[in-house]
Amino acid sequence: MNVLRLIFYALLVRPFLIVFLGLNTRNLDRLKIRDGAHLIAANHNSHLDAMVLMSLFKLKDIHRVKLVAAKDYFCRNALSTWFSLNIIGIVPIDRKGESDDPLKPVMKALEDGYTVVIFPEGSRGEPEKRQPLKYGITKILEAKPEITITPVFMHGLGKALPRGEGLFVPFICEINVGEELSWAGERSQLISSLEAVFDALEQEMEPKEWL
Amino acid sequence: MPDFSISNPIHASIIAIFGLLLVSSIIVFFIRRKDEKDEHKELADRVKSWWFMITIFSLAILTSPVVSVIFFGLISFLAFKEFISIIPLRRADRSVLFWAYLTIPLQYVLVYMGWYGLFIVFIPVWVFFLLPFRLIISGQTDGFLKSVTAISWGLMITVFAISHAAMLMKFPATEASIAGGVGLIMFMAILNQGNDVAQYVWGKLFGKHKILPKISPKKTWEGFMGGALTTMIGAAILAPFLTPFSFIFSLLAGLMIACAGFIGDVTFSALKRDLKIKDAGSLIPGHGGILDRIDSLSLTAPLFFHLVRFFYY
Repeated sequence: MNVLRLIFYALLVRPFLIVFLGLNTRNLDRLKIRDGAHLIAANHNSHLDAMVLMSLFKLKDIHRVKLVAAKDYFCRNALSTWFSLNIIGIVPIDRKGESDDPLKPVMKALEDGYTVVIFPEGSRGEPEKRQPLKYGITKILEAKPEITITPVFMHGLGKALPRGEGLFVPFICEINVGEELSWAGERSQLISSLEAVFDALEQEMEPKEWL
Repeated sequence: MPDFSISNPIHASIIAIFGLLLVSSIIVFFIRRKDEKDEHKELADRVKSWWFMITIFSLAILTSPVVSVIFFGLISFLAFKEFISIIPLRRADRSVLFWAYLTIPLQYVLVYMGWYGLFIVFIPVWVFFLLPFRLIISGQTDGFLKSVTAISWGLMITVFAISHAAMLMKFPATEASIAGGVGLIMFMAILNQGNDVAQYVWGKLFGKHKILPKISPKKTWEGFMGGALTTMIGAAILAPFLTPFSFIFSLLAGLMIACAGFIGDVTFSALKRDLKIKDAGSLIPGHGGILDRIDSLSLTAPLFFHLVRFFYY
């Protein structure tokens, strides 16, 4: 399965993203696989976010990365479930409250030593407008305080393919990776420091907003 | 691909370029060995990128006309994408941009067909009037003028202008020049890109008097004159192999390529200064984006094309 996954990212996703989007990255050296579990927290604008984040990793590391994604969207039937779990590499979470502990699969992936990509804003909001961060991420850190977080800020994907639009228009997207954060023992403090890092990353790359 | 041989002027000039590149790499290697603070990393990146660019260009030119057309089409596409990613636009412009992108394959199909009559009016006449109309349909008048002008200018410079380089291919081989259209592309590409390098080198060595200090503080009269002279000498050397030009005409063509390259270059410098960015992208290490590499070509390609068409075909 790892081979199929590698082929998917190396031969389909990457060439597509490089030609039709183009990724302008900053501080990419900060994005790396740790020895054990690690969290990547990114902002969320577009369906393409997940693919772009995966492409930022070296090909040899891709099998160690998982994406947290909505079960109701990615696992609609047997085929999409198989594809999402094995090829894209998602950790499905239940947004509909059908399970007692929606974060359980995320915890499991972290216990298995994966680098897990999470979108702390939850669902994609209005494209290129930041949503207030949700507390889901703090619950993970509370349970596993030793895990560190690498924040990633992306801009431009919400221009290329915003939510609710089917028309894809090529735009170069900007990506900026922040310094590692760690849990300081308090929920609201983690949220505010993540917000602050996102602000700083956004400011540093001076994104072109829609007029 | 025909057999590779030194007697073919196209093949010989490609070998010569790779020879020059090898010499540059050796020089850079020795500069960097003496330099302890590693101040020349960008220069090394630049030369390394040249290897990639020249290899891709050579393959595109040698393989077949279809590949050459696709190659220039891809340059236009990447350049237009960079352009719309750095300029401020409105969300309502997305749908128009989609149509603007579609003009790229159409324009290059016209190039491939050699349909000059439509090639020369498609973007300046048809697209020029239909794109604003598409913009009107989206119903937002705030910022209409800005969007129309920006997108039209972008298409002119990245698609219409660059497609002239590919259209050179359609000039047939004659008794005066067996290299034909491909020879003209080589001639222009070598001198246009060579002129950028020559201006840079002369400027670094002797640059003192700034030409346009407000727009491009690194451009000097010494760099410009040295570059132009180098390009004219290069033109006189290359012309008998690659073009049907007379000696005098080759000098004039060299001078024109140097001037047009300079103007194209500073035009994009002004644009970038307006947008407060240094480079248009990061696709080519050491150079910036593709727009930063082809800025000088944007004016050179159409001027050179029409110069040749008027006097020789």
